[in-house]
Amino acid sequence: MLIIKNLHAEIEGKPILKGINLTVNPGEVHAIMGPNGSGKSSLASVLAGRENYEVTQGEVYFKGANLLDMSPEVRAREGVFLAFQYPIEIPGVSNINFLKTAMAEIRTHRKLPALDAKEFLRLSKEKQKLVEFDAALVNRSLNEGFSGGEKKRNEIFQLAMLEPTLSILDETDSGLDIDALRIVSKGVNKLRSEINAFIIITHYQRLLEYIVPDFVHVLYDGRIVRSGSKELALELEEKGYDWLKDEVREKEAREKVGI
Amino acid sequence: MGNDNEIIDNIANKEYEFGFITDIEMDIAPPGLNDSTIRFISEKKKEPEWLLNWRLKGFLSFQKQKLPEWQNFPLPPIDFQKISYYAAPKSKKKYDSLDQVDPELLATFAKLGIPISEQKTLAGVAVDVVFDSVSVTTTYKEKLKELGIIFCSFGEAVQEHPELVQKYLGSVVPHSDNIFAALNAAAFSDGSFVYIPKGVRCPMELSTYFRINTENTGQFERTLIIADEDSYVSYLEGCTAPMRDENQLHAAVVELVALKNAEIKYSTVQNWYPGDKEGKGGIYNFVTKRGICKGAHAKISWTQVETGSAITWKYPSVILQGDHSSGEFYSVAVTRNKQIADTGTKMYHIGKNTKSRIISKGISAGQGNNSYRGLVQIGSRADEARNFTQCDSLLIGDQCGAHTFPYIESKNNTATVEHEATTSKIGEDQIFYLNQRGIDSEKAVALIINGYAKEVLNQLPMEFAVEAQKLLSITLEGSVG
Repeated sequence: MLIIKNLHAEIEGKPILKGINLTVNPGEVHAIMGPNGSGKSSLASVLAGRENYEVTQGEVYFKGANLLDMSPEVRAREGVFLAFQYPIEIPGVSNINFLKTAMAEIRTHRKLPALDAKEFLRLSKEKQKLVEFDAALVNRSLNEGFSGGEKKRNEIFQLAMLEPTLSILDETDSGLDIDALRIVSKGVNKLRSEINAFIIITHYQRLLEYIVPDFVHVLYDGRIVRSGSKELALELEEKGYDWLKDEVREKEAREKVGI
Repeated sequence: MGNDNEIIDNIANKEYEFGFITDIEMDIAPPGLNDSTIRFISEKKKEPEWLLNWRLKGFLSFQKQKLPEWQNFPLPPIDFQKISYYAAPKSKKKYDSLDQVDPELLATFAKLGIPISEQKTLAGVAVDVVFDSVSVTTTYKEKLKELGIIFCSFGEAVQEHPELVQKYLGSVVPHSDNIFAALNAAAFSDGSFVYIPKGVRCPMELSTYFRINTENTGQFERTLIIADEDSYVSYLEGCTAPMRDENQLHAAVVELVALKNAEIKYSTVQNWYPGDKEGKGGIYNFVTKRGICKGAHAKISWTQVETGSAITWKYPSVILQGDHSSGEFYSVAVTRNKQIADTGTKMYHIGKNTKSRIISKGISAGQGNNSYRGLVQIGSRADEARNFTQCDSLLIGDQCGAHTFPYIESKNNTATVEHEATTSKIGEDQIFYLNQRGIDSEKAVALIINGYAKEVLNQLPMEFAVEAQKLLSITLEGSVG
């Protein structure tokens, strides 16, 4: 579904991603972990098409097509969904109207018939229930005055509505208390299927207790320095990232002198 | 995908949709204003002596006044002698039915989407159309007549209801009020007149559509609306003009009179030609609009969506004379390219327990400059008067400007005056967020703008709100690439 080959990207001339390789297949959940500033959120931004990042090298294919050629909205319509670390507030635009607009755009692109008001409402109710989203928030202005937890839950509600094939959760767990974390995770687990995939970016192992990944990757200094099964997350939790950093430094030193 | 510079460029490249010119034979007065032009206009319109004298008084006052200097923009020189003060579609006489109207003119209105022909008027809006200076047709007149409602051109009202016109003309905006109002008093050519009798609730929206067509003409229409005791009326006003390199002056006057328990809702969607992206051409929209709540519990509400004109300069105001009367002002003003808007309202609290509410939303893009200027005046007798003011500014790009000049004068310490102001920018973050949900940048901006202006758009009658929403989107179309 997603193939990332030797991806390099920079922001304002400063290299951030320095050769990412990653393959994600349908039905898989990949966790991406790593210390602050390692490039986790940048990877999410580059995949979603945020314009202040410049891709300097490498390729990204999504369902066989060149993802990097697509505008952000086309990526979204093709099925890439980014759950934002900091969801944006848009005053005066109701949550439900925004979703209706988004849905219409996406369905047109996917050549699906438009939903009538009744169907849309039914679907919205169904998904609200699925991800335990507060009905009162549906009619409020988009994220305006929402608590941190409500914003994150709104991201998952949108995810449920828009039915993407690849969902990237950018530190969705940050700022969530344990109850909210449980609800968000439950929602995601219900949305997992054979045909969609998730990339879960997180700082902590905690979220992965609820959403069990198939693969765990560690990002450090713009590269994936280690990949493994879910046990890798536990190891990181226990030992921190320092041992990995040391390993990387040692490896680089060896490469430099040619050993 | 738009960074700020592209946003500005793209806004500048969007062209004006209503810039066509209609080729119709016109009756035009030679340019210039003097006693004989005024007599010419008055004679053309077969006006009574008192009205001619009133015009002449207006002219005298106009000559004595100087252009103001307090506005927050450089006022370009205006040569009042170069303007033609009367232009009317050449025709035999008054139209008795639509069949007699020049087909070219009807085609123009069709292009503008005005429901001029009664058969097509399914929307239930009664329309008076003012083309350049002359009111062309008023639909639904008969139906309104049954209720005793008078809705006709100003000229017709002068002929048929002189007592009402004489009683109220200039009673809210005197002939000497300001230089442009004085000019209007001297040279006004036509406009609309509405009278709602006691206890009548006008069952449909009344609407006037203004269009400036002829080159080098000014449009100086005058609207007078009187809502008698316990009556209600909702009035809509729309405007467009062709694209011209020369600036054209629009100096209208609107007077509203609400008697005891009466309510007047006045909505404007102003889309005069704004000039090109270098700021060449466009309408100078210098309008005096004022209403008076004469009786107790009267209510006047102004709603305006201002997207056009090179310069918009107006302050729809309410004199709250009756006890418990209330005034409202809801405004969205958009400026882009080199457009200027200096607009706001004045609320004069005279009666006890009077209330006013001001919601102003400015949107600036390109090199547009948007100023809110408002006065809330509480008189010594206005016990327990209340005002709430909110002015918000939204900026697109970093070459535009937003300014607020709120003035409060209170002579009564039982009054409550609240003022809130915010300034925000359409952020790339907001646009990207919507992009990431499959919404392109153009639609994203439209969504954000409409959300921002919602409080004001909600005040408009339904069909008009949809129209205004579209207009806002079109106006800012191409705001991101």
